[in-house]
Amino acid sequence: METAQDTIQQPEAKAETSKTLFKGTGSQMLLNGLIEEGVTTIFGYPGGAIMPIYDALYDYAEKLQHILVRHEQGGIHAAQGFARTSGKVGVCFATSGPGATNLVTGLADAQIDSTPLVCITGQVFAHLLGTDAFQETDVINITTPVTKWNYQVTDAKEIPEVLAKAFYIAKSGRPGPVLIDITKNAQLQVEEFPAYVKCNHIRSYRPKPKVRVEYIEQAAALINSAKKPFILFGQGVILGKAENEFKTFIEKSGIPAAWTILGDGAIPTSHSLNVGMLGMHGNYGPNVLTNECDVLIAIGMRFDDRVTGRLDKYAKQAKVIHLDIDPAEIDKNVKADVGVWGDCKETLPLLTNVVNENKHEDWLARFRDYNQQEIDQVITPELYPTSDEMTMGEVLRNINEICGGDAVIVTDVGQHQMVACRYAKFNNTRSNITSGGLGTMGFGLPAAIGAKYGAPEKTVIAIIGDGGFQMTPQELGTIMQFGAAVKILILNNRFLGMVRQWQQLFHDKRYSFVNITSPDFVALAKAYYIEADKVDERANLRKALETMINHDGSYLLEVMVGRENNVFPMVPQGMSVSEIRLK
Amino acid sequence: MSTENTLEHTITKADFEGKQEYTITVYAENRIGLLNRIAIIFSKRKINIESLNTSPSEIDGIHRFNIVITESYEVVRKLARQIEKQIEVLKVYFNTNEEIIWQELALYKVSTDEIAEKVTVERLLRQYGASAVVIRKDYTVFAVTGHREETDALVKALEPYELIEFVRSARVAIIKDSAGFHEKLKEFEAFEPGEELVENEFLDKGEKIFTM
Repeated sequence: METAQDTIQQPEAKAETSKTLFKGTGSQMLLNGLIEEGVTTIFGYPGGAIMPIYDALYDYAEKLQHILVRHEQGGIHAAQGFARTSGKVGVCFATSGPGATNLVTGLADAQIDSTPLVCITGQVFAHLLGTDAFQETDVINITTPVTKWNYQVTDAKEIPEVLAKAFYIAKSGRPGPVLIDITKNAQLQVEEFPAYVKCNHIRSYRPKPKVRVEYIEQAAALINSAKKPFILFGQGVILGKAENEFKTFIEKSGIPAAWTILGDGAIPTSHSLNVGMLGMHGNYGPNVLTNECDVLIAIGMRFDDRVTGRLDKYAKQAKVIHLDIDPAEIDKNVKADVGVWGDCKETLPLLTNVVNENKHEDWLARFRDYNQQEIDQVITPELYPTSDEMTMGEVLRNINEICGGDAVIVTDVGQHQMVACRYAKFNNTRSNITSGGLGTMGFGLPAAIGAKYGAPEKTVIAIIGDGGFQMTPQELGTIMQFGAAVKILILNNRFLGMVRQWQQLFHDKRYSFVNITSPDFVALAKAYYIEADKVDERANLRKALETMINHDGSYLLEVMVGRENNVFPMVPQGMSVSEIRLK
Repeated sequence: MSTENTLEHTITKADFEGKQEYTITVYAENRIGLLNRIAIIFSKRKINIESLNTSPSEIDGIHRFNIVITESYEVVRKLARQIEKQIEVLKVYFNTNEEIIWQELALYKVSTDEIAEKVTVERLLRQYGASAVVIRKDYTVFAVTGHREETDALVKALEPYELIEFVRSARVAIIKDSAGFHEKLKEFEAFEPGEELVENEFLDKGEKIFTM
């Protein structure tokens, strides 16, 4: 009944505010709309077809901070980093044609990792569409498979409604990237716009359902009868802002919980029920015991192949409960015995109410036993190496000791990413920023810039390999100009390490084009007026890391690590999670 | 330890492995680009669309797609969920041939002389329930509505008699079990979705129809 009243009140409120018409260009309306949506920071790059928006932006400098990136891919990755640390919608601007196509990698990354973005691209004049005009590209069709929604605006009158829809779609339900392509005539068009109204309903779109209690009860019955229950949690917990609800749930039920790399940090690393990382380079216990648990509770995760290994040998003995906001994920890869469709912010408290208080001491001890084996055989040699060569793990150990788990760690993709996810300590949510589903090399540096704007009070450390760094080094220019105090840590093994590891293990050491050379990274940073240093001996490591972290401003540190170190444990591709190798 | 239940799993899997014809019915907003958004869900998985029809539905402003593919139940179910996930799609149903009434329309252009001369042709046309759409001195166009086998059979039968041109429409299908979409739409148009509605119903009816 209350909702019905709201419905009635809504048009009245609208009628009042619509008296205050805004007269201006489509571009100005767009910027007003962004401010209404609470946007403060935009990452972008101007160009011909988006010039009217940039012209309008000139007058909005006090309200909207625009960060001029050095490449549109850098812009969208920065917007992703911003969204991931701040929990807000990331916004980026690009021009038509090449500007827009440069966004595609970031869109694909945001789509697969459910990152809320609103990307605005300029487009040629509407009357030129389809004429192969200068910098015309069919951006809508190019980006359709990699956006949650996209729309081409050809008339300024559409701008307020489309922008409101874009923000609503980007952040509601399972979040994702939205792209709005605005033709130049619409940017220039002068109109009288009614007051901006935020969108909260689209009739064809159901962001989340009302939770059905019977499925909660069925799930609880399975959990309450379980002897060896096991929780897998993913980014859904973070995206749903349900970290506290999740913690309460596991603490009451006493169930061990392991994370996907995007779920990392949703509960502190040190939590007694946090048993570690899932998947190909995850921890020993969580992988092996996946195939021994009797009830598997998946929360806000999507059973990616890097998590499950061979599917027909995955958790076949277990009853599966799957909590997800996206109904297309339930039963997609792993059949659920009980699918709980809903927002985990709502479903978890309901579940907590009906599960029995429990402690699974014997079962937890199994995880500890496996963990001890892993510590002895893998972790200790990695964190406290006895060889002369430095390991990536010991660098992470030092960072943990210096930052105490409070830093935001942004990683690129490859061996260093797996090592960072495995060993970085996190006290807080939204602290582990990485390209998960798409595995985008070049993500790290620009995402770290965005992450810093999203969490300015935090220490942001970008851990990047020598290969990945060379994919987007141009963003050093963005740091130089705008001063984002990002700590850049290059772990240099002078190889494309992850590919090399696979070539060593599965291709008879035929090292095909993984031998990558690097420029003088320190000199490169200094060319951008960024303080930098290089460490190739263990004796200098700790001090160099402290200098980097305590430095006022951005800093680049290159650490030379062992050339042919491998990341273990490893579930070889095509193998079952229980066939995980320790060496 | 991971193989304990493999046998049971294989049996379940085998049940779903058989490919058959499915008709997917999509209710969606009439928006530019949505056809592409739906089509790429199939092409991404390298699945061929055998027939596709878009038309208005029983509700003003809402479009209805009929898509025919030959795939297993499991594949079709996942496709349906991916389609329903698109912002402008309201609802997706998928049905086997037993669950729908469907028709296709075929047009045949034949030489009028041939028909006038040869009585057998006339007989053929009667037999296949064809109707003459156009009769000119030089050619005549016949129309047949029916299932694929029926329209195909007439093509075969007409081949010896100078079939000049042949075209067949996509399938249009009505779901036997459906009470229409009007009621469903009211739910979708509710200002606050989900508050008073029974949701998650697809989990009940997963075997029968997919509903969100």
